[in-house]
Amino acid sequence: MEIVINGRTFEFSADPRTSLLDLLRDHLGLPGAKKGCNQGACGACTVLADGERINACLALAVQYQGRAITSVEGLRGESGLHPLQRAFIEHDGFQCGFCTPGQLCSAVAMAGEVERGLPSFVTEDLSADAVALDHDEIRERMSGNLCRCGAYNGIIEAITATVGTERV
Amino acid sequence: MKPFTYARASSVQDALRLAGTTAGAKYLGGGTNLVDLMRETVERPDALIDVTALPAEIEVTQDGGLVIGAAAKNTALARNRTVRERYPVLARAVLAGGSAQIRNMATVGGNVLQRTRCTYFYDDAARCNKRVPDAGCDAIDGFNRMHAILGGSSACVATHPSDMCVALVALDAVVHTDGSAGSRSMRLVDLHRLPGGQPEVETELTPDELITAVELPQLPFAARSTYRKVRDRASYAFALVSVAAALDVADGAVRDVRLALGGVAPKPWRAWKAERALRGQPATRASFHAAADAELADAAGLRDNGFKIELARQTIAAVLAGLAGQRP
Repeated sequence: MEIVINGRTFEFSADPRTSLLDLLRDHLGLPGAKKGCNQGACGACTVLADGERINACLALAVQYQGRAITSVEGLRGESGLHPLQRAFIEHDGFQCGFCTPGQLCSAVAMAGEVERGLPSFVTEDLSADAVALDHDEIRERMSGNLCRCGAYNGIIEAITATVGTERV
Repeated sequence: MKPFTYARASSVQDALRLAGTTAGAKYLGGGTNLVDLMRETVERPDALIDVTALPAEIEVTQDGGLVIGAAAKNTALARNRTVRERYPVLARAVLAGGSAQIRNMATVGGNVLQRTRCTYFYDDAARCNKRVPDAGCDAIDGFNRMHAILGGSSACVATHPSDMCVALVALDAVVHTDGSAGSRSMRLVDLHRLPGGQPEVETELTPDELITAVELPQLPFAARSTYRKVRDRASYAFALVSVAAALDVADGAVRDVRLALGGVAPKPWRAWKAERALRGQPATRASFHAAADAELADAAGLRDNGFKIELARQTIAAVLAGLAGQRP
């Protein structure tokens, strides 16, 4: 089986029980995505599959063969940290850092969803073409990523500063 | 997790062939519920047949309805422009369920067949008639704040967790299936069963029967529809009570209405009695409360969830009043 992780193709043969998260962490030496709850409740394992955010803990690796996966290790560009990573540092978007890789991947994908016009539960006008990414929209759209330190204010500030419509 | 084999179906026929030749197989969609249940050993399939490569298109039908391929992701359904404009209750219900990550993985067919989140069902140290038939139920006298007030039995009071299905049953959705006995269609409201004495049997589907599509009939007044979900936190939590409603008001009277409830029953609950009570009545707060009372007349609270009866009553009235353009 083949899988593309952060632009690099890996050959793997895994027991069908292996989750994408365990494949990354235990088989391919990419420990960025974290195992928090291992049941899809906390979002610490969030990675991108063909650009869309998913919970790697609920994903069977075999189901993702041939797909392009991006983990936090793949976010940085040639010029260094991803702008969102820099914003997390600048706005104190973390304390212990355990949820941060998932928050970062989730927020990067969320920006893409907003660009494509995907509404959220709090979007007033579902038929609108564009969504203003304000404070309430960010909170709702990031609700699948928990932070037990409670660094939410910094996380939302960092996201707002990078991709939001209300600049801080 | 118990070992299993994995195969990816390339078509509906391929999936049925695999199901017919593989003992103990289950269909796998996005895995957001099944993989979790397998890890908890509540589900123990010998084989998984991945059906995510099957049709996922969302298309307007000739008679103005909508057909949704069962492999469509929840996100695709919520993003679809026809859904957002003609069936906003469905878009909003889908967006109320899970997290963005879950919605990117979860399929429409899998959402229909997801299983209860009753904590006793998940806990193999607890008694659960759904997990082990005739074992008893620890929820009925246990912590049952999240449990059913309508449609439960002495064997099971677990609720159906889906938001999407609540909107779909309100919209008269029809489910298309295929299996060794051929293809058939049934109303979604008839697909899920009430627990009675057999809570382990949750649907009318046969073991190899595969949901291939969900179809919505044309319903012009559904353009005025919405979904309200009351839960313990503002986002990413299962419903205490949810209401899906579409309302057609003419000359101050209710010409037609569709109403369904979530979080209160073992299946997505179509509020037939409330609808009957409301048709032809003035579109007033008094009528909305009377309709809610008609639906909830048979509701019964357990130790911890009696509050859901009043919560459902108020939420139904508030949603209908909102659709009628009245101030909350």
